[in-house]
Amino acid sequence: MRQPWAVGFAAGAAALGAALALLYWGGTYELRLGTILAMYIALASGWNLIGGMAGYPSFATAAFFGLGAYAGALTQVKGVPMVFAWTFAAVVAGTVALAIGWIVLRLRGHYFAIASFAVVIVLREIATNWTDLTGGGMGVSLPMLQLSMLAQARLFFSAQAVLAALAVAICLFVAYSKLGFALGCIRQNESAAGMLGLDARRAKTAAFCISSAIMGAAGAIYASSIFYIDPSDVFDILLSIKPIIMTMLGGGGTVAGPILGAALFMILEQTVWANFLSVHAAILGALVVVIAMFLPRGLFGRRLRPRLA
Amino acid sequence: MIAQVLLNGLLLGGLYACIAAGFSLLWGVMNVINLLHGTLVVLGGYLAWMAFHFLGVHPLVALPAVAFLVGMFGASLQVAVLGWVVGAPVLVTLVITFGLDLITRNGLLLGFGADFRTIRPSWTLGTAEVGGLKIPLDRTIAASAALAMTLALYLLLRRSWLGRAIIAVRMDRDAAALMGVRVRHAFVAAFALSAALAGAAGALLGLVFPISPLQSDGYLGTAFTVCVLGGLGSVVGAVVGGVVLGLAESIAGFMLGAENASIVSFVLLILLLAMRPEGLLGRKGYA
Repeated sequence: MRQPWAVGFAAGAAALGAALALLYWGGTYELRLGTILAMYIALASGWNLIGGMAGYPSFATAAFFGLGAYAGALTQVKGVPMVFAWTFAAVVAGTVALAIGWIVLRLRGHYFAIASFAVVIVLREIATNWTDLTGGGMGVSLPMLQLSMLAQARLFFSAQAVLAALAVAICLFVAYSKLGFALGCIRQNESAAGMLGLDARRAKTAAFCISSAIMGAAGAIYASSIFYIDPSDVFDILLSIKPIIMTMLGGGGTVAGPILGAALFMILEQTVWANFLSVHAAILGALVVVIAMFLPRGLFGRRLRPRLA
Repeated sequence: MIAQVLLNGLLLGGLYACIAAGFSLLWGVMNVINLLHGTLVVLGGYLAWMAFHFLGVHPLVALPAVAFLVGMFGASLQVAVLGWVVGAPVLVTLVITFGLDLITRNGLLLGFGADFRTIRPSWTLGTAEVGGLKIPLDRTIAASAALAMTLALYLLLRRSWLGRAIIAVRMDRDAAALMGVRVRHAFVAAFALSAALAGAAGALLGLVFPISPLQSDGYLGTAFTVCVLGGLGSVVGAVVGGVVLGLAESIAGFMLGAENASIVSFVLLILLLAMRPEGLLGRKGYA
């Protein structure tokens, strides 16, 4: 690709056009699919910051998604307007990520992966057992909206799409900033990066916080759009795995990779869901195995430039 | 009362040690965290249930067959899938074992449904009372059998040619290959042993708890925590870690209520990882 910026602008314009067309002509079903796709793009791009760019195998996506979902849902139940609740959820997820990151980001490799797994389980158990605040296993019901189904579908699609655009913009910005350079150094050789005077701790904590804030916002919008959440739904470990697969599929560490991967994964997932309901988990599993075995660098990984598209 | 809590913790710890020893072996030898491990435990439980339900065989009698079958399943996974990605990055092997876990779990759900299955042999030993202490004998036998198998793994790794080959591969893959060890075979053997121990633990757990596909996450978490507690890749560490975790869960359950016991163990896990990632015993070798 000779002119990555031109291609990038063209792709961005096409995506904007598609989103507007969907808003104008799409029915509730198409809008739902669009909402899921936008959420996947946001999650994959968010994971890409820590997992792709810094090379830290984080499984904590579900933790911050669930945390954001609960933070957003509980503030909305208290009567806070939706947009503020979503922002609040992002702030909560980012702040908690700061504290958790301080502990887990000093680990590497398998140990980091396990610790990030454990974060999901601890938060899920807390949400399940802190019944006074979260309603426990009964979940939380959100206030209904006085809007038609179509208007609701449009609203939540717009929200997730704006978040996805924001996540991609953040990835782009980070990729071309000093932070992105630092993350690349960490991925290649963290000890050497530290030796050259790079504050690796600060860089990866920043990436972890930003990525968690995106995941938290995605969770909060998700909670608003389905009106009911419970711990096993929003702290589902599959939510941690899917963004990894998407990013792998498209090519980790690039800005365009997670977007392409999310779209491709979405198509595969919907096909499987529609045709093989009782064995869809097994087929998803087989897909995951095949992708990780044969395409660890992604379909487009070699053709995409390391930074942009 | 305190003695009772400690005893329950010890009995739980024996079973935990058996689950974790195989997990730790695989992690140490192949540098693979096997996310399938919890499901292998459940698979062992179901095989024992089938043996009991259809053939009327007591789980303790069916134990070798169950261990063998689950071990073969593990070996075939290694040959078919994981053997191709030896030395791949952490993320790749983690994702692959997760995919295999999804497939196996889906299979179990289709085969057995999500209901709990219980194994209740017509003869049970009941409980013995020693000085006010209730000793559940079935549970004691299950824990002892689990510990005996863990000890057998230890002896195998220490004394047998196969065990020495596995350890050699763990220490230095290239050097072991130069010394005539078939590295591929050692990997398959390690996976088979690990899976066999998981299956056997599942059959024993079936004697104590109801069996359900939903438990595999819990067993996987247990294996993680025990490995981190006891240090990676040592059988002795798995036993120490298993007993410590069993005691910790039992005490936490007694003081804070049973529903909070698992939070305690996972918080323990994160804190330990943060402070002593090399484990409580803190040695990186192998024994």
